[in-house]
Amino acid sequence: MQRTLIASLFVLAATSALAQVTVKDPWVRATVPHQTATGAFMQLSSPADAKLVSASSPVAGVTELHEMKMEKDVMKMRPVPGIAIPAGKGAELKPGGYHVMLMNLKGQVKEGDTVPITLVVEGKDGKRETVEVKAAVRPLNAPAGGADHGGMHMKH
Amino acid sequence: MTRIHALVFALCAALAGCGGQAPSFNGVDLTGADWGRGFSLQDPDGHTRTLADFRGKYVLLFFGFTHCPDVCPTALLRAQEMRKLLGADGAKVQVIFVTVDPERDTAALMREYTAAFDPSFLGLRADAEGTKRVASEFKVFYEKVPAGASYTVNHSALTYVFDAQGRLRLALQHTQTAEQFAADLRTLMKQSS
Repeated sequence: MQRTLIASLFVLAATSALAQVTVKDPWVRATVPHQTATGAFMQLSSPADAKLVSASSPVAGVTELHEMKMEKDVMKMRPVPGIAIPAGKGAELKPGGYHVMLMNLKGQVKEGDTVPITLVVEGKDGKRETVEVKAAVRPLNAPAGGADHGGMHMKH
Repeated sequence: MTRIHALVFALCAALAGCGGQAPSFNGVDLTGADWGRGFSLQDPDGHTRTLADFRGKYVLLFFGFTHCPDVCPTALLRAQEMRKLLGADGAKVQVIFVTVDPERDTAALMREYTAAFDPSFLGLRADAEGTKRVASEFKVFYEKVPAGASYTVNHSALTYVFDAQGRLRLALQHTQTAEQFAADLRTLMKQSS
């Protein structure tokens, strides 16, 4: 009896796992006037294996998932079809790795603004759902690290 | 014994002015390279600038583009931090950012972009031909890659360092820190003082 209960709880946990994809520390790099592209960074976590498959934002005409890689001192950027969010491990979108690329920007993205981003996440079962994110705009010269390293943003 | 001493002395003398240890850099030593000898590019005011204009300054030169979300701002930020780490000597360094995307990186955009990091930074550009020329002089690879409705530019992410006499001395890698950059600049400055 108890076993069935636990088993059904597991099933329940698995089916509702998608709703538990959480986003920590989302931020977008500010732009200067006339600059029409920038990147969004964040930490994603999920209790069950999931995948970020697409993103969109009202501030950008085109939004893609990109990966940055250094190959023999050459910076290569390429669109990727998805970013895996392994259960418990999560995925970090940060300078030097993955980012959400915001292109064809409709205007300048200014420090202090908030950029809404809709993420589409897919579970192992192929079910998709959206996660709404409000990303803070950090200065163009924001350091690559997370908020913990962003000395400029910390108040002691 | 004396032989070994002589050998050590000779090696030591060959390696450096030998105030103790040979100069060692975090970056790749390019001293004596027969390439990367100069450039002729436009500043945001439309004036032609050449390497000779910066004689007396240590020049940090790297290539990138403003629609780059990751490597380029990181490179500019590192240059900004490096100048701070150098203290008063930071004023002896001229940071130059050359675009590999002149199509989108207009003069106005270059000015605004570099100024967002440090007003002393200089953004230089050329037309498509001139960009090709300067990239080849510095062995810089770049290629336009379609991305969605737009494009991105893959490019070499090395930072070149020239000494105050305008000689190419070092290539620093993207993985290196502002501290490592500053240390190499200090070593160069020490050598010529």
